[in-house]
Amino acid sequence: MGNSSAVELAVTVIGPDRTGIVADVAEALAKLGANLTDSTMTRLRGHFAMTLICTAPAPAEQVEAALRHLSADGQLLVTVRDVGPDESTANGGLPYLLSVHGADRLGIVAAVTRVVSDAGGNVTDLSTRLVGPLYLLVAEVDLPVGVPGPLTERLAQVADELGVEVNLRPAGADVL
Amino acid sequence: MSEPDERVSAAIEGWDLASLGEGRVLPVVTAPAPVLSRPGPQVDPTSPEIVALAADLVATMRVSPGCVGLAAPQVGVSAQLFALDVTTHPKTVTTHGVFVLANAVIVEASRWRPGREGCMSVPDLTGDVKRAGRIVVAGELPGTGRKVTITTDAFEARALQHEIDHCNGLLFLDKVSGAHAIYQRKTYL
Repeated sequence: MGNSSAVELAVTVIGPDRTGIVADVAEALAKLGANLTDSTMTRLRGHFAMTLICTAPAPAEQVEAALRHLSADGQLLVTVRDVGPDESTANGGLPYLLSVHGADRLGIVAAVTRVVSDAGGNVTDLSTRLVGPLYLLVAEVDLPVGVPGPLTERLAQVADELGVEVNLRPAGADVL
Repeated sequence: MSEPDERVSAAIEGWDLASLGEGRVLPVVTAPAPVLSRPGPQVDPTSPEIVALAADLVATMRVSPGCVGLAAPQVGVSAQLFALDVTTHPKTVTTHGVFVLANAVIVEASRWRPGREGCMSVPDLTGDVKRAGRIVVAGELPGTGRKVTITTDAFEARALQHEIDHCNGLLFLDKVSGAHAIYQRKTYL
């Protein structure tokens, strides 16, 4: 860090899971002088997916070219894009945890997140899993004051239409 | 979130908060300060320095909004000493009031439960940590050095475990329940 010419880049990597993907990508970025900041890396149905922000001393095209060897075997897909400086999107809301589960069907995520969005809620983290016939959605959402009550009612209606269970609860932390 | 059915106020035999005297408000250090990751040495609870530090911890805890506990490493001193006060927290069931404990160790722990916690020394993050909902803690009172055993539950138990971890150079970050169990803190007291 401390490089005044550093640019902020978004890097995505996805490919069939194998050992060493994180090490390979992180090592390649470190060799370039790119510093990983926030990232999420997880396995999605046998694919390993990395989304990360890094500050790099070179523009996106150069970093992408320097990472090209990682996708030489045709397995990993690597993209690098410039992103603007970090801007806080905090809406002043309080954190809530939303969980939805039930029989899988088309449109669960779309319907549920539209309700959250229409209520002024902001999804800050979301994971879904499909295990056999069971579909699960767990999301962290920031909700403005006064919203949780009406949103809970609206979510219950949508869940009823979709035939799934929904639960919205405070996720506030206790400062110790 | 359900409120506890009833609150139990328990006293620590031989404890006299006033005997510590007036403390100074000290700056709270934040991670990655090395002192937060160093196990603190045992202290002599009867020494004037430790009694003064105990008073400082109480004074600093009292001026920090929402603060329910403060350990010596959080004010830059590597030592087995912390102050606690969960008296006004809504999740408290049993409370032993405002107290300071030296050389505390957990001797029994049960009823493990997950919960999300934050820390003044890690101001921008919170994390899910499993803590015992019922514990027995042994320690010494600053001033007299009297050995005490505290049995408690619920929020006071969680807070005690968090502070004892601090004394041993551990942050909640060392105990989060999974790779996805750390969150950006959005609300500040």
